[in-house]
Amino acid sequence: MKIKIIALMAMLLLLASVGWGQEEAAIDSTVQEVIPPGPPLNLKAFDKPYDNGHAIDLTWDLSVDDGAGRNNIIEYRLMRADSPEGPFVERKKLEMGKTEAEDKGVKEPDDPNYFPREHDFYYKVVAVTADAEAESEVVGPVRGIGQWYNAGKNPVAVAVVLFTVFTIYFIFKAKKGAELYIRPLAGIDAVDEAIGRATEMGKPILYVLGLGTAADIATIASFTILSRVAQKVAEYQTSLIVPCYDPIVMTIAQETVKASYYSAGRPDAYNQDSVFFVTNQQFAYVGGVNGIMLRDRPATNFYLGKFYAESLIMAETGAVAGSIQIAGTDEVTQIPFFVVACDYTLIGEELYAASAYLGREPVLLGTLKAQDYAKALVIICCIIGFIAASFGWTWFVEQFHVGN
Amino acid sequence: MKKQIPILITATVGTVLVLSVFFPPAKMLGEDFSLFFDIIAVFAFFLGGGNLVRVHFIKVYRRKSDWVYSVVTLVGFTMMLASGLFKLGGPPGISGSVTADGSYLNTMFIHIIAPLSSTMYALLAFFVASASYRAFRAKNREATILLIAAFVILLGRTPLGMMATGWVWESLSIFQIPNLAVWVMNVPNLAGQRSILIGVGLGVVAMSLRLILGMDRTYLGGDND
Repeated sequence: MKIKIIALMAMLLLLASVGWGQEEAAIDSTVQEVIPPGPPLNLKAFDKPYDNGHAIDLTWDLSVDDGAGRNNIIEYRLMRADSPEGPFVERKKLEMGKTEAEDKGVKEPDDPNYFPREHDFYYKVVAVTADAEAESEVVGPVRGIGQWYNAGKNPVAVAVVLFTVFTIYFIFKAKKGAELYIRPLAGIDAVDEAIGRATEMGKPILYVLGLGTAADIATIASFTILSRVAQKVAEYQTSLIVPCYDPIVMTIAQETVKASYYSAGRPDAYNQDSVFFVTNQQFAYVGGVNGIMLRDRPATNFYLGKFYAESLIMAETGAVAGSIQIAGTDEVTQIPFFVVACDYTLIGEELYAASAYLGREPVLLGTLKAQDYAKALVIICCIIGFIAASFGWTWFVEQFHVGN
Repeated sequence: MKKQIPILITATVGTVLVLSVFFPPAKMLGEDFSLFFDIIAVFAFFLGGGNLVRVHFIKVYRRKSDWVYSVVTLVGFTMMLASGLFKLGGPPGISGSVTADGSYLNTMFIHIIAPLSSTMYALLAFFVASASYRAFRAKNREATILLIAAFVILLGRTPLGMMATGWVWESLSIFQIPNLAVWVMNVPNLAGQRSILIGVGLGVVAMSLRLILGMDRTYLGGDND
């Protein structure tokens, strides 16, 4: 009984103390004064370098209450006006801890985000807490000025010019009859063998162009290989199946296969329905292609183009169906899957090289040779850069810095 | 003429897109060209739909092998098309969204297409296992290295890795399996990936140059004639 009474009294005391604490807090809040945070300091605004004149870059120092002091800054607001007096319009909200921002707009006057070129603007940054704000000083006038040339891209420009010079040199060299050694590509050398196997087995050949659009370089390279495959297929009188993921890719593939049948002298053997649209839903497409593999049991599967998560599902199904498989993609994350599940794999740029390799034309071989020399140059630069960085000679490394 | 005009368009657009990287005034033009592609792509969907109906209708009509699957495809296609075109079950009128809650299109997408897609994706787990089994058989030196690297990564990503090697002294902590796994991913793996990426970058430039200069014309639906 005693214990119960003591416990009851303790609880009453506890409740009373809580109530008293709340009352005290309420009294405190009525008298508490709202203290504004420290404003952002040293605001600077300047024209964004190397752009078309529709942007301004801003930098500032953090408010003393951002990450320190009362540490109560929630965000910053970037404000812009046409005159120092205002009215200021909010352009952007920025997280706490930010010390830079870009105010970027568009050139179209009827767009709400219109940013006139060579127009004077004034800026300020507002530090915001839960119950107060503090403004930086107003800076300006500042105006966006368009530049004709982006000097920040100089390293890229030099690389492009150098590569173009290499290419033109080797094209001329090849045209003059010089023998250009091109390293063998096992995947491409196996194409004829794979088509021959399908012919002997009397089974079709499946050619998958991947999930890329006609704007992807990998898909464009794949069209070239498809052209070669279709020509051989026409010569050997084997059947070809090309299920497509993208309608534009399907149209181009139809034209490519048709042209190949014509150049092989067998226009009558061309079947328009051999190149068809399946769907543009990734996994529905996989279901469709896998269904074809398991029903028709093609002797050879080609996977050349842009592939994502479906690569292994298709390649493993093909392996289960017992097909010879040749794959190639520039998607670095998918290459290991193809290497594991396929007989031959074109790794990265080998897919692009395949078109030149198959054509054996001097013009195309010239670009391939230029590519090899450019790679050698990149390796040399990497080695020099590695040595320079190791000894703290930053000048060499900085030459490769690319701006926005 | 059939080939010269597309080559001219390719060369012009390609050159403008390259120049837009270096010359800011051309940047907007480059963005406009990319928009043109999107507009053309929208029209191409009619081609896709038309081809799908034609191919499967012929298959059903001629009772070709597995024609029953084509019936399923055509029924599915018609159902989705009708529910989207007539906004069945959803808010009516031009402004009514076809993907609004309760619309047949949305319901079919959420309750049929999404689970089926997830099912296909889930198969990946089993295929990874079967592919790993094939790849990790220590047939030769390369496969053995692959097996050891994979073993380190697998173990490093589980608590077992830390449990097994947590006792290793701080000065030799690189040999703790989780740290070894991080090293494998960040050093040899990243180096390999970057070398492939550099090759891909150069390959893209070479291929683009061939297309812009009209050396490679296969994308026009023919050989380099």
